[in-house]
Amino acid sequence: MSLWADKYRPQSLDKLTYHNDLSAHLKKMAHSGDFPHMLFYGPPGAGKKTRIAAVLREIYGPGVERLKVDQRQFVTPSNRKLDLNIVSSNYHMELNPSDVGMYDRAVVQDLIKEVAQTQQIDANAKHRFKIIVINEADELSREAQAGLRRTMEKYMTNLRIILCCNSTSKIISPIRSRCLLVRVARPSEGEIDDAMQAVAKKENFSLPHELCVKIADDSDRNLRKALLTLEATKVQEPNLAQVQKIVKTDWEIEIGNIADLIIAEQNPNRVLLVRTRMYELISRCIPSSLIIKNLAFDLANKVDRRLRSGIIEHAAIYEHRLRTGNKDIFHLEAFVARVMSLIKRHQMEKNS
Amino acid sequence: MSTFFQNARVASANNGQLPPEAQPWVEKYRPKSMNEIASQEQAVQVLKKALTSNNLPHLLFYGPPGTGKTSTILALARELFGPELIRSRVLELNASDERGIQIVREKVKNFARTTVTATVDDYPCPPYKIIILDEADSMTTDAQSALRRTMETYSKTTRFCLVCNYVSRIIEPLTSRCAKFRFKPLPIEKLKERIAMVCEQEGVQIEPEATSTLIKASNGDLRKAIMFLQSGAKLHAGEKIVASSINEMAGIVPPEVMSSLTAAWYSTEYQEISKIVNEVMNAGFSAEQILSQMHDHLVTDGDLSAYKKAKISLVLGEVDLCLINGADEHLQILNLMLKAADIVTH
Ligand SMILES: Nc1ncnc2c1ncn2[C@@H]1O[C@H](COP(=O)(O)OP(=O)(O)OP(=O)(O)O)[C@@H](O)[C@H]1O
Ligand SMILES: [Mg+2]
Repeated sequence: MSLWADKYRPQSLDKLTYHNDLSAHLKKMAHSGDFPHMLFYGPPGAGKKTRIAAVLREIYGPGVERLKVDQRQFVTPSNRKLDLNIVSSNYHMELNPSDVGMYDRAVVQDLIKEVAQTQQIDANAKHRFKIIVINEADELSREAQAGLRRTMEKYMTNLRIILCCNSTSKIISPIRSRCLLVRVARPSEGEIDDAMQAVAKKENFSLPHELCVKIADDSDRNLRKALLTLEATKVQEPNLAQVQKIVKTDWEIEIGNIADLIIAEQNPNRVLLVRTRMYELISRCIPSSLIIKNLAFDLANKVDRRLRSGIIEHAAIYEHRLRTGNKDIFHLEAFVARVMSLIKRHQMEKNS
Repeated sequence: MSTFFQNARVASANNGQLPPEAQPWVEKYRPKSMNEIASQEQAVQVLKKALTSNNLPHLLFYGPPGTGKTSTILALARELFGPELIRSRVLELNASDERGIQIVREKVKNFARTTVTATVDDYPCPPYKIIILDEADSMTTDAQSALRRTMETYSKTTRFCLVCNYVSRIIEPLTSRCAKFRFKPLPIEKLKERIAMVCEQEGVQIEPEATSTLIKASNGDLRKAIMFLQSGAKLHAGEKIVASSINEMAGIVPPEVMSSLTAAWYSTEYQEISKIVNEVMNAGFSAEQILSQMHDHLVTDGDLSAYKKAKISLVLGEVDLCLINGADEHLQILNLMLKAADIVTH
């Protein structure tokens, strides 16, 4: 049983329901003989991967959907053996740098070059080139990105690269110079409504309008999240007409609770308590930067208006430190302590 | 093993002919000879001398992407040795090759060991070999230090050409051994010329306004300009290319979005500011791009005092650093906006 978000993923460019101009644009690109390297960027849940998959299908036909997983072995420069699972079809290959971690440079150097240096002999293939899709490209180290530069030029006859990332800020400028940028915005709330209604229709239930709007509103235009929420809500209360509250994920609720704890009391014991609660979130694999960000937004909505910019300022500072430091909890805790001190001072000023 | 790897035979770089419609223009219009290099007069002038004399210093090319560094050294090598001899006389090591100390030393040793005598007609074929270390700024400092010795050891028979974006990332002992050439972003006139040339050869029609947008968007990077042109040509097949599609391809934030941001500087409401920031982030615009356009706006803005502008610039600088270090874009932009609003409204 796959999730609705995956089950009803549109397969072709024609079936994508929003950003029609972009779809048309991509279609034209796919059908012209040449195809540039591309960099897809946009926030999570905007539908980048779906769109990329649709582009691949447009270029190569349904053959790209026959995927295989191979085990490939790499030898790192330090002579360590590294096993990697690679998903590929006859025409393309997908790579997730997070699977390789610090050895991404070796993988780029070996694997991509190997592919780059070979060409299709499938005479029926529509194109000489194959495509390598690199997901989470913003996680690629600078060295690995540099390793792509000449390969992207030298082997252009055999290879095109599609990079997919949330933000272009972490992509080095020579790579950006070699790619066509494709921005994928999140769909509008109306488009999210439509997508949810379409799923409801396929699953044969009726989705009350108010609930639909509520979910769309809560999802912050993240389509994936909206569909997941819809599914979870439906599982919990099959009769959607009776739903009072939409299902929120545990960690979101927990972050709301933590914010309340901080606002209610500011002292060392409270810092300690909040610390354990945050540890739990971390141990459930919620990324620390997401914790800080959501906590800050939640706090900012709950505190006195004069405190808001201070909270955001410190969230920005500690989230940045978190990236450059190496023990997340220090920075999370520092943020909490900082916010408590802001609140406390504010209260004292008010009382005096 | 999947057929992805099996169904393949070894191919060399960009060999074979692609049908013309399948050729990326950036490669099609890569200069083949020194005469085709646009701008970069200083480098071209000096290097042309190498074509008639038998000597060449070690070279260091540096400058932003798409300004012709790689093209220039490849064109020079081609003119010196011709398409055949180039294979035995020129070694290119770029960032896609493993360039640890040991490996560079080995490769250089093997390559430089054999003496050079062969010549071919029509090409000067000077008595040295060329080693191109492209994208040299991605080499570690240790590897660079080791290179010092290697350069000296083989200086009789080889010339090195280091190519990089940031000369500051090359260690001084190396830079001091090379004749340095800065590759500047291409000036507007040259960009115009090249764009016109490609348009004519490819039969592309473009609105005059779109040409200036193209020039602005490419920011002196000719590779970008040519790529945008080809994509634009496909997008508007048969029609004229318009400015808005160039902007979108280049990732430029539309003016109306930028003015909604800068207008929010005059707000004192957190909710209002955070709502706009949320909109912009959901639209997926790149924070770095927002920053750079905000800076442009700040410089030309007529309403703010110089003092306030300076204070906002300071914030821009801090936020830029955080972004480069990988900080969360949404938080950073929201923080920037709140601070700017605080400065503007006080
Ligand atoms: N000065 C130039 N004259 C003519 N064409 C140029 C020039 N600069 C760039 N180009 C065009 O841009 C393409 C890329 O140029 P090139 O590979 O030389 O850039 P680069 O300076 O090496 O960039 P990077 O730092 O990204 O490696 C070329 O194929 C050519 O089409
Ligand atoms: Mg180059």
